[in-house]
Amino acid sequence: MRDTGMSESTGPGTETGTDSRGTGTGTETGPGTETGPGTETGTGSRGTAAGGRPVAASAWTQLRTLALAMLRGFFRDRTALFFTFFFPLMFLVVFGLIFRDSGTSATTIAVAGQGPILDRLPAQVLKQQRFPDADAAIAKVRSGDLPAALIEDGNSLTLRFAASDQVKAAQLQGIVQAVVGEANIAASGRPPTFSLSAAQVEDRDLKAIQFLTPGILSWGVATSAAFGAALTLVSWRRKQLLRRIRLSPAPVWAVVGARVGVSLVVALVQAAVFVALAITPPFGLRLSHQWWLAIPLLILGTLAFLSIGLLVGAVAKTDEAASAMANFIVLPMAFLSGTFFDISQAPAWLRSFSKVFPLRWMNDGMLDVLGRGKGVQAVLAPSAVLIGFTLVVGFIATRLFRWDDA
Amino acid sequence: MRDADGDEVAIAVEGLVKTYGELRAVDGVGFTVHRGEFFGILGPNGAGKTTTLEIVEGIRQADAGTVRLLGQSPWPRNPALLPRIGVQLQASSFFDKLTAREQLQAFGALYGVSARRAVELLDVVGLADKANTPESELSGGQRQRLSIACALVHDPEVVFLDEPTAALDPQARRNLWDLLRGIQSGGVTVVYTTHYLDEAEALCDRVAIMDGGRILALDSPAALVRALDAPTRVALPTRILDAATARGLDGADQVTEGGDEVEISTRHPARLLTQLAERDRLDGVSVRTATLEDVFLHLTGRAYRA
Repeated sequence: MRDTGMSESTGPGTETGTDSRGTGTGTETGPGTETGPGTETGTGSRGTAAGGRPVAASAWTQLRTLALAMLRGFFRDRTALFFTFFFPLMFLVVFGLIFRDSGTSATTIAVAGQGPILDRLPAQVLKQQRFPDADAAIAKVRSGDLPAALIEDGNSLTLRFAASDQVKAAQLQGIVQAVVGEANIAASGRPPTFSLSAAQVEDRDLKAIQFLTPGILSWGVATSAAFGAALTLVSWRRKQLLRRIRLSPAPVWAVVGARVGVSLVVALVQAAVFVALAITPPFGLRLSHQWWLAIPLLILGTLAFLSIGLLVGAVAKTDEAASAMANFIVLPMAFLSGTFFDISQAPAWLRSFSKVFPLRWMNDGMLDVLGRGKGVQAVLAPSAVLIGFTLVVGFIATRLFRWDDA
Repeated sequence: MRDADGDEVAIAVEGLVKTYGELRAVDGVGFTVHRGEFFGILGPNGAGKTTTLEIVEGIRQADAGTVRLLGQSPWPRNPALLPRIGVQLQASSFFDKLTAREQLQAFGALYGVSARRAVELLDVVGLADKANTPESELSGGQRQRLSIACALVHDPEVVFLDEPTAALDPQARRNLWDLLRGIQSGGVTVVYTTHYLDEAEALCDRVAIMDGGRILALDSPAALVRALDAPTRVALPTRILDAATARGLDGADQVTEGGDEVEISTRHPARLLTQLAERDRLDGVSVRTATLEDVFLHLTGRAYRA
């Protein structure tokens, strides 16, 4: 039974010339790593005269092989796909639709009658809900559904507001007053003596989607990076696949490098899918022109949470334990770092405390470049923190790393 | 490296010791495996087989003793040695969700084996028609075949198989024997552990019987059986031969009666069988000589160990 294709070289030392097994330079196999002369004793048995004999695999090939195997496994795992892509999107849909009309962008008031003032009210600030008569409009305010009612009847205007929100009432009064004043000047036919030009400096108070998208995206990427690394490590160790790889010539860093590469690919795909949905009309995310600055942040954030995952994977013994530990770390972090709300509205102590979390820094950076349109300087501090975090936690993870359970 | 007989040595182990706390898992193990040999390590659970194998493979460090694997030391991790050995582990160490072909190609690529060569090996282990089947949907026997193929994908000189036939049904087990014999006839040195003594007897050139971290006996299965010097047992149905007649036969050392059978223990089977033939009492006879199992039980004791 020669056709099993087993090694036929039996002479002493015939194989030892091939030992430059790819752990060194990282280049593709070159000439000279091919087996030496005399090792092939017969060609008929194998049927592949050329290319049959293994040549030393370069570390790069090994890394690519492992990465490809992981990616294939990932994209065939429906549960993983659900939690990576669909689950964060669900949060975006739920929170995005709940908060769609919130924020300070526009107030709806009840209106009745018609005339030039109602026509001139700035639509981006005041939305008008029309009622057939003054009584119906005022009744709506009384019931607490709307903050104010504006009735225009010929040249006279009546503004009725609820006493419950004095600030909003004063704002509304100011807006209406300004419109009335402008209309009066226009009616007098004289050019205005004073003029005011006002322009927005930045979008201080964000529409919900502007902070929800970066927040939930950061959380989604963080979660899948941490879980992906932790579960790969634990399940590969449990199945003795780690041991099997250790008994192949592949260097350790090729295994880690493959996991890093896969996590980065997954994170970028996640981000693309996520943003693509968020910019559709129901959500209405407006991307700043510097949106691409989010990419380095995504990469660094992924690395930071990957290091957490590797640490969890080094410590945990079962898949369940790894899952629970990763959740225990990432989930509270998500709630305290402003994933689901605008952290700038949070109490001061929480704002300071949450700065210990890498997710907070990732959130802030993503929010600045995706939602607020800030430039490169907004990325620097979060990047530095994320890199530092990755190095420290990654170092601890390598210290605690184990090939085997026992 | 050659031994005294001039045979080329693939593995030389001397004075191996490995202690886990109080437990001496391996306690002074030494053996030599020749190139091209099929070498079996037998023993009850906890005998130290797997630990011994792990030390020889280079996964664990021995507390004392030396290992030379193809003339080199496997510990610490020796990347020059790894492409020359193949391993099949107890757990089914496969990548998640890959098909049989993809598994082989993935393992092959770790060694620089071309994808085409990897696919050829599916044929060798008889899984060509399962190429696109996910590993998780293979039967136990098919999965073991794939696992062995993954261990052989880079044409190693020595392959370690840790209980390759465990938990397989008898057909699948027999099927695998042919594959294992084929590996050896290709010139590969095979070291394997098993619980199945019939299998070891059928496959191994030599076996080491281990218990309590020590090697109790090491030789070819036939030599071990001969050394046991056990009596031959001749059994006949009671309707053919009754116990009293049996005791009167020349050469019947001991006669036991159980159920509808009489069993005669003898050191002179030829003399005994001749007498039975003369009396025309051979219908339904069964003759059992000692097997490796008897050697094993003799050495390791019959006490049940959980």
